[in-house]
Amino acid sequence: MTTSKIASMRDAIAGLVRDGDAVAIEGFTHLICFAAGHEIIRQRKRDLTLCRLTPDVIYDQMIAAGVARKLVFSWLGNPGVGGLGAIRRRVEGAIPEQPLELEEYSHFGMVARYTAGAMNLPFFPLRSYFETDLPVANPLIRPIDSPYGDGTVYAVPPLRPDVAIVHAQRASAAGDTQVWGLLGCQKEAAFAADRVIVVVEELVSEDVIRADPNRTIIPGLIVDAVVVEPWGAHPSYVQGAYDRDNRFYLDWDPISRDEALTQAWLREWVHELDGRAAYAEKLGSERLAGLRPGPAPSGSVDYGAYR
Amino acid sequence: MSAVEAGAFSKSEMMIVAAARALEGQRVCFVGVGLPNIAVNLAKRIVAPDLELVYEAGVFGARPARLPLSIGDPTIVTGSTAVVSMLELFGYYLQGGLIDVGFLGAAQIDRFGNINTTVIGEYAHPTTRLPGSGGACEIAINARQVFVIMRQSRRSFVERIDFRTSPGNLGGAEQAERIRREGGWLGRGPSIVVTDMGLYRFDETGEMRLEALHPGATIEDVRDTIGWDVKIADDLGVTPAPTADELRLIREELDPEGVYTK
Repeated sequence: MTTSKIASMRDAIAGLVRDGDAVAIEGFTHLICFAAGHEIIRQRKRDLTLCRLTPDVIYDQMIAAGVARKLVFSWLGNPGVGGLGAIRRRVEGAIPEQPLELEEYSHFGMVARYTAGAMNLPFFPLRSYFETDLPVANPLIRPIDSPYGDGTVYAVPPLRPDVAIVHAQRASAAGDTQVWGLLGCQKEAAFAADRVIVVVEELVSEDVIRADPNRTIIPGLIVDAVVVEPWGAHPSYVQGAYDRDNRFYLDWDPISRDEALTQAWLREWVHELDGRAAYAEKLGSERLAGLRPGPAPSGSVDYGAYR
Repeated sequence: MSAVEAGAFSKSEMMIVAAARALEGQRVCFVGVGLPNIAVNLAKRIVAPDLELVYEAGVFGARPARLPLSIGDPTIVTGSTAVVSMLELFGYYLQGGLIDVGFLGAAQIDRFGNINTTVIGEYAHPTTRLPGSGGACEIAINARQVFVIMRQSRRSFVERIDFRTSPGNLGGAEQAERIRREGGWLGRGPSIVVTDMGLYRFDETGEMRLEALHPGATIEDVRDTIGWDVKIADDLGVTPAPTADELRLIREELDPEGVYTK
């Protein structure tokens, strides 16, 4: 009998995210946990180092809210739409009292960093960065000769976040977590992190997990809290549950271009709401219902019973 | 959408069609969002039926049923051959040498096809902060060849790029070939640049050379929108206009809302 790790979002963030932490809310366009980001804003965490391949709208909101002092990333933008105004203002010096330190890699470099962190390696080698300015901009990207005498590769250092936050379709109360659709590098980020918060659309019994073990990306062994938060990834999407709310991403563009509009949005949609249920209610059932996809079930496989 | 008339097409449609035709005979293509995405899906229908679409989000053999709105749209997952972690995608598929063509865009490009997508101005104090590399840096190095698709302007086709995010032919073909050989790169670098005015390939010195003008564009237009004295092929051709069938596929199937093609 394993202990339940179920917690409210408020308690999970209050207990596991500390000022000054390196926090990775991962998810490559898919399964981005906006609900956790908003709770971090509400709790007014400070001096975080935010890590993520693609700092998109959620990190724009968090950085606008003043929770972070540094960003570790590989691609900065509102995917499919344009730029991120709040981050750009701070990087381009338009808000000198809120500077933002950048530590920049490529996608493969970030994935490799989490992998090195997860594997307890001192670095990870990759065939990238040759003849570019990236190692100049970020001296932590360093060339290294092969010990077998066949050339030079680049090394990136391990990334071990204090906290990884992963959104998923489902988990058991013990934290065994299953995902389908794009996997991004959530598995690597979770194994690399000191603390792991899993946020799910659906809580399932252990039997459901054990009936399909190939789909488990994170075992409860490394999970500290399980938060059940339907619609927690909105406006990003959850494969099979809801689509990306593209209108939100388009609407964010003009808001994000203006600091006052950005701060007003944060007041209305984050600070003045007490959690995700209130957020979903404010969005309205009609808007949310329009994001539900039609069915496309997988065929089932037979694992066999071996007694 | 109104019926397709010969001669009535947008510059974006011409770019898409020119890039799609250039994919003839290719097998595995690393797709970007936007124009490359439409070009690759068009190529699969007209010149490369066996083309496998790879998305950096971790999909091999995608069969998108709608125009993906981002690089990780759920439509690239449903019905695909394989969904893999990004470690596998970049490690096994790209660095392992399975990608024939990678598509890149650019904020700035120079005559040798070196690309900047990081900053305009100084890195530490940029006048414009751009998205950064994403996967572009490793695509430029590991994809067997690179297609670039971008609009021409004096701001984007420049003598000197502000930051080298993705290597092209470096300072010229001789240097680039030596460094690729000594470094064990799998990629041969950029092979085609498709713009709203024409199609460029790279000559024996590694420099971009205009090979064909799109219908309606002139050499003066080209020279006015490039920040160096651009080379023009002796046997300069004209890109055949999009056919009615190509335009129908784009307008009715691939981008019916005209998101990228207006």
